Amino acid sequence: MAPLIIEAKGLGKKYRLGAAEKKSDTIAGAILKGLKSPLENLRQIRGLSNLDREDETVFWALRDVSFSVQEGDVLGIIGHNGAGKSTLLKILSQITEPTTGEVRISGRVAALLEVGTGFHPELTGRENIYMNGTILGMTKKEIDLKLDAIIDFSGVEKYVDTPVKFYSSGMRVRLGFSVAAHLEPEILIIDEVLSVGDAEFQKKCLGKMEDVSKNGRTVLFVSHNMTAVQNLCHKGIVLKNGIVKFTGPIEEAVHAYLGEYSDQRMELHTNGQLEFENDHIRFISARILNQKPIETKDDIQLEFSFEYKGADTPVLDVTYHLFDEMNTLLFVGTSGYDLNVRPSQKKLTFQCTIPGSLLYEGNYKIGRLLFVRDKGFMLLNINDALAFDVISSGTGNFGWMGKKQGVIKPKLKWIV
Amino acid sequence: MQQEVTIIRATRGWRSINLRELLHYKDLLWFLTVRGIKAKYAQSVLGVSWAIIQPLFSTLVFTIVFGSLARIDSNGVPYFLFSLVAMVPWTFFANTLTDSANSLITNSAMINKVYFPRLVLPLSSIFSKGIDFAIGFILLILFMIVYQILPAWEVIFLPWLLLVLLMSSLSIGMILSAMAVQYRDVKHAMTFAVQLLMYAAPVVYPTTNVPRQWQLVYALNPMVGVIEGFRSVFLHTVPFPYLWLGVGTVISLVLFIFSLYYFRRMERVFADVA
Repeated sequence: MAPLIIEAKGLGKKYRLGAAEKKSDTIAGAILKGLKSPLENLRQIRGLSNLDREDETVFWALRDVSFSVQEGDVLGIIGHNGAGKSTLLKILSQITEPTTGEVRISGRVAALLEVGTGFHPELTGRENIYMNGTILGMTKKEIDLKLDAIIDFSGVEKYVDTPVKFYSSGMRVRLGFSVAAHLEPEILIIDEVLSVGDAEFQKKCLGKMEDVSKNGRTVLFVSHNMTAVQNLCHKGIVLKNGIVKFTGPIEEAVHAYLGEYSDQRMELHTNGQLEFENDHIRFISARILNQKPIETKDDIQLEFSFEYKGADTPVLDVTYHLFDEMNTLLFVGTSGYDLNVRPSQKKLTFQCTIPGSLLYEGNYKIGRLLFVRDKGFMLLNINDALAFDVISSGTGNFGWMGKKQGVIKPKLKWIV
Repeated sequence: MQQEVTIIRATRGWRSINLRELLHYKDLLWFLTVRGIKAKYAQSVLGVSWAIIQPLFSTLVFTIVFGSLARIDSNGVPYFLFSLVAMVPWTFFANTLTDSANSLITNSAMINKVYFPRLVLPLSSIFSKGIDFAIGFILLILFMIVYQILPAWEVIFLPWLLLVLLMSSLSIGMILSAMAVQYRDVKHAMTFAVQLLMYAAPVVYPTTNVPRQWQLVYALNPMVGVIEGFRSVFLHTVPFPYLWLGVGTVISLVLFIFSLYYFRRMERVFADVA
């Protein structure tokens, strides 16, 4: 077994949040408060660092977090916003101290919570390489040796003696990442910094990170991008509300994370709500029949049930609008194109299959769910009926981990 | 493989500066200092000349207001020289105070993203003022030549004077910078506090104007010994102020040691409150 390189025991971090100010309701009260406010402010500002006093404004960003990392591990830290990922990284990179517990780290740590820290717009690219490099803990001598490689990797050779304020934001990011990529720490901690930069550069970065891990060095990686995490890491920690929810192999960690996804709504049932019912129709349920998590290669099974209340037997159709997380309408699925049913029974269940290998990984929602009579008369409209996540099946990514290119990723037939 | 082991845990109480770590980051200190100088004079027409303009014009105004109008005693030397000699160390002291007090706040983005010994921030902002001081000092020498004045033999104590000047600037700068992170009041207070402080130092008037029995108390301000030392060396206004400078040296030493511990103590909460 590889030696333990990071050992965290019972880590906790308390912060104090600002509490709402008490308002006074009389003029005399307001004047009195104005006079007392410097004292009140002093108490409050002192409280920012003095956390002994427990009250409603103290909150634990991390609580009793324990884990260990072996040499050569590539560990993904995943969790929702506010789960404590950044706080954990800040503790591991010594930016802030934990309130409780301790971490033992063997080896030199480089933390990349941001690219291009310390860049000064008035200094040239070359000067900023030295600036940024020394902030990250390199010595001038080390940078001297790697200077050519850094400039080469960044791809901004031509402008290296131009002040950085004339750089495009992309060039700044390239230069920043290039410096960071040439750190040679035993442990590399990376926050979500790879979501910036263009496609070509991202591929370069990913390659560099793979090199780092292949050389047996330890990498801690934080991201919201499950594809990136799955491609890069082999172990994962899931954080939720400052507590470790899961530790283990990355696939299981990703599943555990997605299983927790509160934005997913795989089923919608009527609980007698009036908005789901009118004189013509009673909505019963909308469901996604798949087991979680849904992978990109899976067919997605949708099922819609309702009861028609009228006495006649019109043509009935179900229509839904599928939106992605950017609220782009991907397509309108309607039974009206494909079916022409004039059902005889009152309770109906429509099923629809979205073929696999069509959607990208990501979060989707059935934004508008319509029930239509006779191809034109809308009986009921339900907004935001369902939401679901699709995760990558892990094939055909070519190491690409950046933004989606296009809105769908259909499986195509190719002949050579 | 032999590896350094870092243990991260909550720290309590007073600890001294980690010198070994600071030494590892000496290159960072150097580049931050250079950055401070370059960035300050970048895209400016007059560039480094500003380092001359600032003390020179203040001195001219003082000469008119305090020398010609208020006729303040200048120990028998031209008032212009009298205040210029004081302005050179004073400008350094005042500028480093304001700059280092703000150094942690202006760089809070860095503090929140990377670990490095935070001490390099106030240190570099003080060192980058060194160039201004050097320029002011050359200006002073030029005027000495123009007025054909030779320095006294006590000029050999110049390093002593500079050391006290540096130590008091450093320590007060460090204390203020650490305080300013949590209490932004420091930032607001600095601009006028520095102006007021100038009247608590013998910049526009000589120490001999202070009642004799109060002079020792007055010398608790380390800048008193420094400024009078400069005047004694370059203008022969008073005998070399061993006593005043001695008091100032002790005070600045105490301040310096205190500031190292104080800064270290506050350091751990910088990222949380910045």
